Amino acid sequence: MPGSDVATKAPTKTHCPYCALQCGMEIGPGLEISPRTDIPANASGALCQKGWTAGELLTNGERLTAPLLHGEPVEWDVALDYVAYRLSAIRAEHGPDAVAVFGGGGLTNEKAYSLGKFARVALATSQIDYNGRFCMSSAAAASTKAFGMDRGMPFPITDLGDADVVLLAGGNVAETMPPFVRHLTGPRMIVIDPRRTQTAKLAWLHLQPTPGTDLALALGMLHLAIADELVDEAYVAARTTGFEEVRISLASWWPERVERITGVPVHQMRQAVRAMAAVDKAYILTGRGAEQHAKGTDTVSAFINLALALGLPGTYGSGYGCVTGQGNGQGGREHGQKADQLPGYRKIDDPAARAHMAKVWGIPAEDIPGPGRSAYELLDALGTPGGPRALLLFGSNPVISAPASEHVAERIGALDLLVTCDFVMSETAALADVVFPVTQWAEESGTMTNLEGRVLLRNRAVAPPEGVRSDLDVLAGLAERLGEHRFETEPVKVFDELRRASQGGLADYSGITYERITEETGVFWPCPSPGHPGTPRPFLDSFATPDGRAVFVPVQHRPPAEETDADYPVHLSTGRVLAHYQSGAQTRRIAQLVQAAPEPFVELHPDLAEQLGITAGDIVRVSSRRGESKAVARISDAIRRDTVFMPFHWEGANRLTNPALDPTSKMPEFKVCAVRVERDS
Amino acid sequence: MRLVVVGNGMAGSRLVSEVRTRDPHMKITVFGAETCRPYNRILLSNVLAGSSRPEQVRLVDPAWYEAHHVRAAFGSAVAHIDRETRHVVTADGRREPYDLLVLATGSDAVVPPIPGVERAIPFRTLDDCERISGAAERARRAVVVGGGLLGIEAARGLAGRGLPVTLLHLAGHLMERQLDVEAGEVLGETLAGLGVEIRTGVSASGIEDDGVRLADGELVEADLVVLACGVRPVTGLAAEAGLEVRRGVVVDDELRTDDPSIFAIGECAEHDGTVYGLVAPAWEQAAVAADILTGGKALYRGSRLVTRLKAKSVELAAMGETQLGEEHAEVVRFSHRARGTYRKLVIRDGRLVGAILLGESDAVGTLTQLFDRGGPLPGDRAGLLFPGLSSAPVADSPTLMPDAAKVCQCNNVTKGQIRACWEAGARDVNAVATATRATTGCGTCRDAVEGIVGWLCEQEGVAV
Repeated sequence: MPGSDVATKAPTKTHCPYCALQCGMEIGPGLEISPRTDIPANASGALCQKGWTAGELLTNGERLTAPLLHGEPVEWDVALDYVAYRLSAIRAEHGPDAVAVFGGGGLTNEKAYSLGKFARVALATSQIDYNGRFCMSSAAAASTKAFGMDRGMPFPITDLGDADVVLLAGGNVAETMPPFVRHLTGPRMIVIDPRRTQTAKLAWLHLQPTPGTDLALALGMLHLAIADELVDEAYVAARTTGFEEVRISLASWWPERVERITGVPVHQMRQAVRAMAAVDKAYILTGRGAEQHAKGTDTVSAFINLALALGLPGTYGSGYGCVTGQGNGQGGREHGQKADQLPGYRKIDDPAARAHMAKVWGIPAEDIPGPGRSAYELLDALGTPGGPRALLLFGSNPVISAPASEHVAERIGALDLLVTCDFVMSETAALADVVFPVTQWAEESGTMTNLEGRVLLRNRAVAPPEGVRSDLDVLAGLAERLGEHRFETEPVKVFDELRRASQGGLADYSGITYERITEETGVFWPCPSPGHPGTPRPFLDSFATPDGRAVFVPVQHRPPAEETDADYPVHLSTGRVLAHYQSGAQTRRIAQLVQAAPEPFVELHPDLAEQLGITAGDIVRVSSRRGESKAVARISDAIRRDTVFMPFHWEGANRLTNPALDPTSKMPEFKVCAVRVERDS
Repeated sequence: MRLVVVGNGMAGSRLVSEVRTRDPHMKITVFGAETCRPYNRILLSNVLAGSSRPEQVRLVDPAWYEAHHVRAAFGSAVAHIDRETRHVVTADGRREPYDLLVLATGSDAVVPPIPGVERAIPFRTLDDCERISGAAERARRAVVVGGGLLGIEAARGLAGRGLPVTLLHLAGHLMERQLDVEAGEVLGETLAGLGVEIRTGVSASGIEDDGVRLADGELVEADLVVLACGVRPVTGLAAEAGLEVRRGVVVDDELRTDDPSIFAIGECAEHDGTVYGLVAPAWEQAAVAADILTGGKALYRGSRLVTRLKAKSVELAAMGETQLGEEHAEVVRFSHRARGTYRKLVIRDGRLVGAILLGESDAVGTLTQLFDRGGPLPGDRAGLLFPGLSSAPVADSPTLMPDAAKVCQCNNVTKGQIRACWEAGARDVNAVATATRATTGCGTCRDAVEGIVGWLCEQEGVAV
């Protein structure tokens, strides 16, 4: 029974199961949730409705408690044997790359690490990627180019509260991670968003660009900073390279031109730039709104260029940061479930990195596969000639969350074998040949690295229901059947191996232990030795580039991959609502959250609604070149006239989205595509 | 394929980079008459105003040409096109063969044929700009001849340096091609407030050592005279080669002249009877021409013109047909001269065909995009001129708020739930928070919850 082993003991300290803020919480003997006050993210005792109701995840009766083989409950051994047998057969016939692995940014570091190791060591496949590709990959790529390292926010979240100005490009923290807002009550907020979101309503200045034009906006703002002589020349000279080339590339992005592209008045751009330049402490943050584009990496580079020109990054009290979204979006991208990476944020094609990992894993370096397909490329290749024929899916629900989702479902349908690990019957699990019922957040221990790069420990609070095992057990069980015996199942032992694996890498965890995390309520990486205090602000002295200087990267704006036209005249943008998380597989099963946000909707401006003859509550049909979706009309002047918004927590929104990929990060263009909107007759 | 581009200004340099983006291998040679690298003409008024240094307006990094295998000849004017053998010949005798030739020769400043005009400096090139800037440092009084876009930017820039400036304009009001009479007058008043004396309806008959002589004999004193009397397309090369030239070099929808291997773009080109004098059309033409030159398909159908004045403390956007009267169009106007505000929409068939926005306005971005896209306008015109006007005020006073109103977004708590919880005995914010979780998320509703609790207590006469 859930809760049976906690009936008499003190509340267990852990963290919320949802977003990257990883609010501290305690789970009491009766599974009641209360906020912790020792974790800086929510030290004021804050939680949002998702956090408060998280206990219901443990008891809501929709748990999977037995492995399912073609829909029928079976013994664990039967399911494991079957999967191992099928994987061996598919490998034997089609080669190791015929088996693919897809992970998630919600998995603990231990699971993410084991998954990467399982793919490379037990399956010898290059075909592994994860849904974090759909989240922070653009910001990660741009940060790596500029700073030599991607640690989402390279400063403690509490630093934000002391800032004078915070610019947030494409983020809606008031809905996605409400307690974050408590760190923003001091600074003047500038919010860039095509919608007047709950976050934009808190802003001192709201810039409302056309979807898909954030890059132009950032260029226009930097142009103004240069033209109005607001560049921090001393900082640029001392701490950066490449400014000259960027300065020249900006001559063609004068603000009046940018105004025409973005719809943001020049005087508002100037106001924003001046506000940041006039103060000592300022931050520029980006979120998915700026990043989830086929030019997301360049957009983030443009905002980083602006931050560098104003002298912010690596300066105490100022900086650039990416607001990571998924619970372990940061750690999940560091330890080897990404197609091109090995643990410790190492590059898979770096011979030294391969040699290091070969030693840790006890295999020859040449046996470690090379880089594989990125997330969407992988899903798109499933069941195609030369593509994977089997897919193992952990902590992800791509039938809802991938772009062009009907196409993705079709590709998944073409597989010879789909295996998922889930704790509820997600839409993707429902398509699987085999479903393994696995533990969730409060039923297991493990580390999570939050949006600040602070490594946190989730402690097991309750025993899992009977019949449920950890993902680590699934991996070890399969590995054993595939002839590999080197897979630990105890989280702390996996973490010890992860520490060795990450040692010497960019994301060095080797000095971090469960004990230290508990005592210090989190440790910032890099932490290269047990005596090392961790690194809250890694760039104060120098950046992680070869010469220690940050790099300006020249970029140019270009239109969205799909522009509006006569057939599809309206922009669609997608995003989140407060009550739900990601594909909704968890939150759509919690009564209070369903009550708060029961159904998908289409938000549209009253003028557009009037033109289309749509009134509030009508069912509207939204169509793109990839599919169509129906939802209830919600009319609001908070959105631009030329744009509609749909939340993506339900099946439907992603049928419409465009899988055009960013050439560097391979991020799909979730945030803008062209649609037609009609009243459903 | 060997592509030769004559002219390395805004249009020519853009074309070169557009072609290179599409085709990494085509052999490209570009000739520029000016000795320096291409620069952004749009930003010259900043240089003149002293807010940008000349090196800040360069468009292309010198290393770009080598890195992209483009041969660039600076200070090398093309004197002749040999269409028979498909060569261009430079003034210094160099012959360069082409398969495709693009003319992007731009335009020259119009210098009026009046006595003493050599004493004045035209405002056209970066060199001109540097000469004016140099002269402005020694000058005590300046006159700008010409009250179009460029003349106004020059006058504003010089005034911004602390120089007393008089702006002379032939027509009855400033920017008469883009503005109606009232807008021209309001603009004049704004400029007057910034230290520019405006004289409209006057004609300069000569330039003398101590100023500009007007047709009526009056002398407007100045020791620096700047000419901004418009531009004339540079078409001599094309005409001499026998290409069809009217005001500009005549091109079709593919930007092709009557010689199929020769194209013309930018201010030297005349498309469908129009010669454009702004950068945006030139860049649109460059993109279309680059498609055609690299074997693609594209058509140029003309450009929508948006004029945006770049002068400190003067916000002006003018687009399309601004002067249509009420008999031909629906006209919506707002004028507040005391504040320098003038807004006008010209609407036909429910679409925006013209607009003037003078004075700072949050509407400018939206209106420009509505004009550009030609999309249908909402029925509420006032909301277009005054964004935010149509938003209903939020009923945030506890009295007016309906019970269903959501007070705490983070925990989905309504006013009704707070009332119910108050009725059940919760008498302060903390008690309400414990019972409903209101205020425990982002925390921004704390004031609202306090307000509701206070109001309930007051209503019921409960002491707090």
